[in-house]
Amino acid sequence: MTQQQGALMGFVHRRRRGAELFLLVLALAVGVGAYAAVGLGVQGEVPAGIVGYGGWLAALIVAAHIVVRIVAPYADPVLLPVVAALNGLGLAVIHRLDLAYENIPDKQHDFAQQQLTWMSLGVVLFILTLIVLRDHRTLQRFTYTAGLGAILLLLLPLLPGLGTTVNGARIWISLGPFSFQPGEVAKVLLVVAFAGYLVVHRDALALAGRRLLFIDLPRGRDLGPILAMWLVSLGVLVFQRDLGSSLLFFGLFLVMLYVATERPGWLLVGSLLFAAGAFLGYLQFSHVRTRVDIWLDPMRYFDDTPGSGQLVESMFGMGWGGLVGRGFGGGQPQRIPYAESDFIIGAIGEELGLTGVIAVVLLYGIIVERALRAALVCRDGFGKLLAVGLGSVFALQVFVVIGGVTRLIPLTGLTTPFLSYGGSSLVANWVIVALLLRISDQARRPVPALDGDDADVETTQVIKL
Amino acid sequence: MNKPIRTISVFCLVLFLALMANATYLQYVQAGELNDNPRNRRIIEAAYSRERGAILVGRETIAESRPVDDRYKFQRVYTQPFKYAPITGAFTYFTQTGLERSQNSVLSGDDERLFVTQLVDLAGNASPKGGSVQLTIDPAAQTAAWEGLQALGAGTEGAVVAIEPSTGKILAMASSPSYDPNLLASHDFAAVIEEQKRLEADEREPLVNRAIRTTLPPGSTFKLVTAAAAIENGLYTTADAMVPGGASYQLPESDSVIDNGGRDCGTRRIPFTQALENSCNTSFLAIADELGAEKMHAQAEAFGFNSVYLDDLPLQAESRYPAGMDRPQTALSGIGQFEVAATPLQMAMVAAGIANGGIVMKPYLVDEVTSPELDVLDKTEPRELSKAVEPATAAELTRMMVNTVNEGTATNAQIPGIAVAGKTGTAESAEDRPPYAWFVAFAPALDPEVAVAVLVEASANPQPEIGGNLLGAPIAKSVMEAVLR
Repeated sequence: MTQQQGALMGFVHRRRRGAELFLLVLALAVGVGAYAAVGLGVQGEVPAGIVGYGGWLAALIVAAHIVVRIVAPYADPVLLPVVAALNGLGLAVIHRLDLAYENIPDKQHDFAQQQLTWMSLGVVLFILTLIVLRDHRTLQRFTYTAGLGAILLLLLPLLPGLGTTVNGARIWISLGPFSFQPGEVAKVLLVVAFAGYLVVHRDALALAGRRLLFIDLPRGRDLGPILAMWLVSLGVLVFQRDLGSSLLFFGLFLVMLYVATERPGWLLVGSLLFAAGAFLGYLQFSHVRTRVDIWLDPMRYFDDTPGSGQLVESMFGMGWGGLVGRGFGGGQPQRIPYAESDFIIGAIGEELGLTGVIAVVLLYGIIVERALRAALVCRDGFGKLLAVGLGSVFALQVFVVIGGVTRLIPLTGLTTPFLSYGGSSLVANWVIVALLLRISDQARRPVPALDGDDADVETTQVIKL
Repeated sequence: MNKPIRTISVFCLVLFLALMANATYLQYVQAGELNDNPRNRRIIEAAYSRERGAILVGRETIAESRPVDDRYKFQRVYTQPFKYAPITGAFTYFTQTGLERSQNSVLSGDDERLFVTQLVDLAGNASPKGGSVQLTIDPAAQTAAWEGLQALGAGTEGAVVAIEPSTGKILAMASSPSYDPNLLASHDFAAVIEEQKRLEADEREPLVNRAIRTTLPPGSTFKLVTAAAAIENGLYTTADAMVPGGASYQLPESDSVIDNGGRDCGTRRIPFTQALENSCNTSFLAIADELGAEKMHAQAEAFGFNSVYLDDLPLQAESRYPAGMDRPQTALSGIGQFEVAATPLQMAMVAAGIANGGIVMKPYLVDEVTSPELDVLDKTEPRELSKAVEPATAAELTRMMVNTVNEGTATNAQIPGIAVAGKTGTAESAEDRPPYAWFVAFAPALDPEVAVAVLVEASANPQPEIGGNLLGAPIAKSVMEAVLR
């Protein structure tokens, strides 16, 4: 235990890098074990490439760990292993779906290979983020740049010739052979922009205003940004027909606004706006109405187009999986359209059962919990807001997509972080984790007694004890 | 900012708890309902590609799953398709009928009695195997029943049911015309749909198991129930008692007059046994009228009318004896007319009840449920369904039925050296339809081993007089001989 002399708090976080390494070994066991189980279950043998695959996965994880050890020694030790486990599990499930897709004529079946490439890119960006960004507060300088970038990225798919419409949603851009979902990156930039904006304007937003019926309502002129964000969300909904992202962006903004101002009044205003937007969307847009109708009575629209076939197949699969699942190869997850992306939870529920689904939800819960914990212990407002924003994005996205697939709420298209096939999402989420690690490293690092290099100071202090 | 962060934490906790609760609901609470959904192809395909248990008759396998080299892995094969189709039903990709349906949990391996097998399969990571079902059917009797119906011509519409009176075991159950379940169990689904359509469009209804689903007025065979009610209620207590006779009967409160089709029924009073031997309408109309609607109704229900008692096959039709009939209706019901309607199974149970000293046993088809290794997991115990009459009543009825075979209208059922008890029936259902024939019998009369009911609705070789004795008795005889041999 390192105890800092003269520190205001009598408590200093330990680095816990050894614990991280141990957990990473477990995470690797999940990823490689699942991959082996897929081979055993579907093909009846351990896949021939398991050594190469496992080695590559291990190399990525170890590289990430070493970088964390060097540049963010006080970072949260749980985040990286949880993310590695989820990513490894996702790869195995996608590989399992590939094996099923091989039997379907003209069906693409190299998703896992691509996903591994994207994961590698994600880890590289994770490492770069940690190395380049030595202090998260640097990001505060780019508040408006990030905001502008986010809006530009959101607009990109609407450009003719660049944007492509997939399943009714215009959220993709394609450049030659690559396709990309700019919304995923915009998500990260938006959190940075919000955090930067709110940390500066929080006093004005929080203190001015009048009180009405026990609730402090904000000033009219301060409503500007929230209204602007509401319009952006509606714009995403209207022009890109992307219900999920629309919900995500607005929810994110609301949470961050509330945290920055500490005023529940914003939540009230936001909720009213959300209700109004949702109601308008329901009245105005047939695709929104379809989703709600399907949610209320999925069996009725089974044979329709657009119908509930995907959702119902997923529910059938999850029901069939039951408590412990059918085991890899024992189910028919290929019956669910897009099982490798939005509906990967359906595939997990079918073959790994309720146990697998709960485990995945708990892993997500841990990520969110660690993010919010980093926000709590973080010493600067910008860091707090950034961590809360990133954590909330995660929580909301997981809730919206898993809730949609399991028919808790109407289905809206979003990827399941780290599990779903999809390069943009995976890369963006790895960057999010890098940012969270950076914030937690800053937050958990002992307060420097002197201005010097933190690590050195600490070492000397340990010797003094 | 820490307070709102804590609030957000609680909010996130609620979100995740909701997700977990909902997943639990979906995968645990709602799972059964989802699995039962007819749109759920997973369940259907899984069941379809399973090694289903066999259906056995004696030592013969009449339905089994044979490994094939396609995606469904096993093909259901019916070795004697037409003869057993009404019992086995068909295991198709789309649905199951007959025993394939009623015994599905055993055959598919899901039944809780197969728990040990399931554990072993689970531990050995083997695909689950279904248990087998051993039927009560006597293959010789079934063959006699089926071939007897076929002997009347390939288009014969009719059914035969044979029961072991002391237990309720169904020894034979044939229905004609029949169908080939192999064509419905095929993996060529387009052909299956084609065949299904063809069978459903066929006016002779080959898919209907007439033995348990066709209800028709039992005609003169119902006189046994009327006679039973008369003796049981002390109206006429022996075979020698003098009952009303005569050449014609004026239906009470009606203009209708009914005669005996030229059979000798005396003038005023005749012995009870003569009334049954010659199937005297006048006598039984009068007896039913004297007994009244309530006693007739009670006696019919004591034999199993107005109830469902066969658990082993789906879709058993209820035989009907209406309550609250007026006098002319009650009189007509005494000769099995008006709205009285019975299945061949029901009439076999009337015969079996009399044969078994008045006790009607609950009929059953599934004798044993066995594991895939043929270890017996469950054996059906015979159960009493109802007490129809006193043993003395049954004895008097038996006496009269033996006389009917020896000297009366049922002579074609005689078996040399064995006393046979029987009763014919011939009835007209509608003007434009040929009359149909009933025959019920049991043998040996004093120690009955088999009771049988035969219904011939329409024969491919129409005869001027389609009578129970002419068409039904020979089939009943050969079925009884097959059992007794």
